[in-house]
Amino acid sequence: MSDTNTIVHDVIVVGAGLAGTWAAKIAAEQGVRDVAVLSKIHPLRSHSGAAQGGIAAALGNVRPVPDSGPRGPLEQLPDGATPVDNWELHMFDTIKGSDWLGDQDAIEIMVKEAIDIVYEYEHMGCVFSRTRDGRIAQRRFGGHSAPRANFAADWTGHVLLHTIHEQALRHGVKFYSEWYCMDLIVEDNICRGVVAMEIQTGKIYTMRARAVMFGTGGYGRAYKITSNAYANTGDGVAIAYQAGVPLMDMEFVQFHPTGLYKHGILMSEACRGEGGYLLNANNERFMERYAPDKMELAPRDLVSRSEQTEIDQGRGVEADGQGIYLDLRHLGREKILKRLPQVRELAIDFVGVDPIDALVPIQPTAHYSMGGIPTDADGQVIYDAEGTPVTGFFAAGECACVSVHGANRLGTNSLLEASVFGRRAGYAIARFLESGASLQSVSGDPAEKQRQRVQRLMAGNGKSSESVEKISQELKTTMTNQAGIFRDGERLIQASGTIHRLRERFANARVMDRSSCFNTDVLSALETEHLLSFSELIVAGALERKESRGAHFRTDYPKRDDENWLKHTLAYQTPDGPRLAYKAVNIDWEKYPPQERKY
Amino acid sequence: MQVNLKIFRYNTEKGGKFSYDTYTLEAEPTDRVLDLLEYVRNYHDGTLAFRRSCAHGVCGSDAMRINGVNRLACKVLVKDLNTTQITVEPLLGLKVIKDMVVDMEPFFEHYRSVLPYFINDEPAPEDGRERLQSPEARERFDDTTKCILCAACTTSCPPFWSDGTYVGPAAIVNAHRFIFDDRDRAAEQRLKILNEQMGVWRCRTSFNCTEACPRDIKVTQAIAEVKRAITTGRVD
Repeated sequence: MSDTNTIVHDVIVVGAGLAGTWAAKIAAEQGVRDVAVLSKIHPLRSHSGAAQGGIAAALGNVRPVPDSGPRGPLEQLPDGATPVDNWELHMFDTIKGSDWLGDQDAIEIMVKEAIDIVYEYEHMGCVFSRTRDGRIAQRRFGGHSAPRANFAADWTGHVLLHTIHEQALRHGVKFYSEWYCMDLIVEDNICRGVVAMEIQTGKIYTMRARAVMFGTGGYGRAYKITSNAYANTGDGVAIAYQAGVPLMDMEFVQFHPTGLYKHGILMSEACRGEGGYLLNANNERFMERYAPDKMELAPRDLVSRSEQTEIDQGRGVEADGQGIYLDLRHLGREKILKRLPQVRELAIDFVGVDPIDALVPIQPTAHYSMGGIPTDADGQVIYDAEGTPVTGFFAAGECACVSVHGANRLGTNSLLEASVFGRRAGYAIARFLESGASLQSVSGDPAEKQRQRVQRLMAGNGKSSESVEKISQELKTTMTNQAGIFRDGERLIQASGTIHRLRERFANARVMDRSSCFNTDVLSALETEHLLSFSELIVAGALERKESRGAHFRTDYPKRDDENWLKHTLAYQTPDGPRLAYKAVNIDWEKYPPQERKY
Repeated sequence: MQVNLKIFRYNTEKGGKFSYDTYTLEAEPTDRVLDLLEYVRNYHDGTLAFRRSCAHGVCGSDAMRINGVNRLACKVLVKDLNTTQITVEPLLGLKVIKDMVVDMEPFFEHYRSVLPYFINDEPAPEDGRERLQSPEARERFDDTTKCILCAACTTSCPPFWSDGTYVGPAAIVNAHRFIFDDRDRAAEQRLKILNEQMGVWRCRTSFNCTEACPRDIKVTQAIAEVKRAITTGRVD
């Protein structure tokens, strides 16, 4: 079957973070013999590993000390006592956090399986912090009504990623490390494989498979200040879109309230989960005005907007007034060293401040992509509002949109989502193969198109040679200023025009490096092309959505509008630009009807 | 402030001898060395190659020699170097592919050789919940769970430079993480692997690894604990 330019596997997974690696491990464990995982960086460098605070599951291992109030100390659950937490509470918190845009059937699956998957991690040897009685330790997190963030200090993503990677190795999964996926091969709504470049040699291959799964991560790199890794350029979502797959709810981008000032590097929400304060220039705990009940532990969209309002009204800190202070001093040295060692180190390394005795300057930072490739609860990619499948194509994790996060994700639900739906996709892929799915034919040589794409970047088009970096920087500035925390029709129209012009300029882009060996210049250019592609959809979705919901806030339409906008956006590629369609939200009108969202 | 950035250059595809390029750059004292490399690649010479991803010291991509010392380029600020003369070179002991990019495969091969995964085939607790582990038992191997496999330790190790078949500190750290986990059941197998000729006994306790570790793991101590476990036949 294989010639020198074609590689064949039963299953090809793109992306080696939690979602992709779970799917690969499960498929292999279920008897699929030939599972390959492609990753543009070494699998253990994946951004899942940077997650800090925890993974949500209502284990009920701890509870607030009785009568100590909503922010009082926690204790391990005494023998025989009834747990204060359960999956129903987790479900309601997630629905409310999503501002009712999350699909409730999918949320129910996630919060129920949460408990089991955290235990499965533990059984696979994952290390967690422990309570005195040896159970998995839990802390509070924003928007969650009970302490259910299961954690390992403040490097939870690191230990989860290592655990699942280790087990995938043990199950014989083949990893293609430093291979860059450039295209998805879909014909007649059936997925047939991918095209990918071996970065070290620059060789581009057609890779055929009976099933393809994307766990390619989020798209936060479209913004100037972001907590996301360089790698998070939304390649998967852009590639799927170019291949004719729609993208869902792209306008919903989460800004995390505590990125390190100017750097955007994440200071975990665990800082506030453990009791940290937010202060403005007047030394006020300003959250009192915005979320009197939950205070600093309100959900991220609300806290980020509150910070931005303080900044915009002149109560920001630092020389340019664009910062807010995170105050951890009252937590004490011991707690900071034990529970938040990594964030302390980050603050010392990057802003020269030790949180034990000083205020840490922070600002909102682009953090998480709620939107992505639409799937059902088994990771099966769907093409339309009716649920028509794109046969043989699966997706999970941040690149996918199930949708469990709706308009705003709660902290610790991302590691959970990537794990639960990665695992479910793994089982679904195994069933799909067992049901007789065969290798599908591929017409022509899809790799050739991608070789030409690279050649064009190397040769230029002779007209002029635009700098890719300049285009990329202009895009990020535009997205931050005009499609960021606060949006309005006028600025979104401007953003749309700017992106259109940047795309025209990109057609004249030319890279400096013409070698085939480890050409990061070409990679950056391809990534920038992807940023431009999906940024257009963030703006288009935001412009059309004339309401404010979760992370999408329109100053010209500041209210949520359930009558007209309680629906998901689907964006399709057409020669004339994106075409938007809509899909109903799955809601249990008896149990969880939309309510006003107050914290 | 102005800095002089001297960068090691080599491309396998072209072959020949390595060389150095020097750039005089305007930098903020709080710029990371990684920011300088990004700037050079984006605005001066797109052919410059280096790995990076998270850019805040947790993914392990950008270990390199900075003024002769193994560091993560994203964790070193210009002001920390106490000089305006900055030299960046690839890690030693691994083949250079292009500029700062070295062939990491031999490094990961050593990592995979120590069974770096949890082994315990006993049934999970009957109630389906977690295995219990006391905070003390958990603390026993906490330090070695922090490894990000950046290779800063292994490529600072003189015995590894002289013989690349030595399993190296990073692999031993990852073995340690399982050997001292009271839930794991394969300590004996791992100790046997590390007792072989190219195992822990190659270590000459030079402490280079401990100094190189960007996660402040006490690497030399972890190696000593593994040596002691082999000698005494006891893990405690």
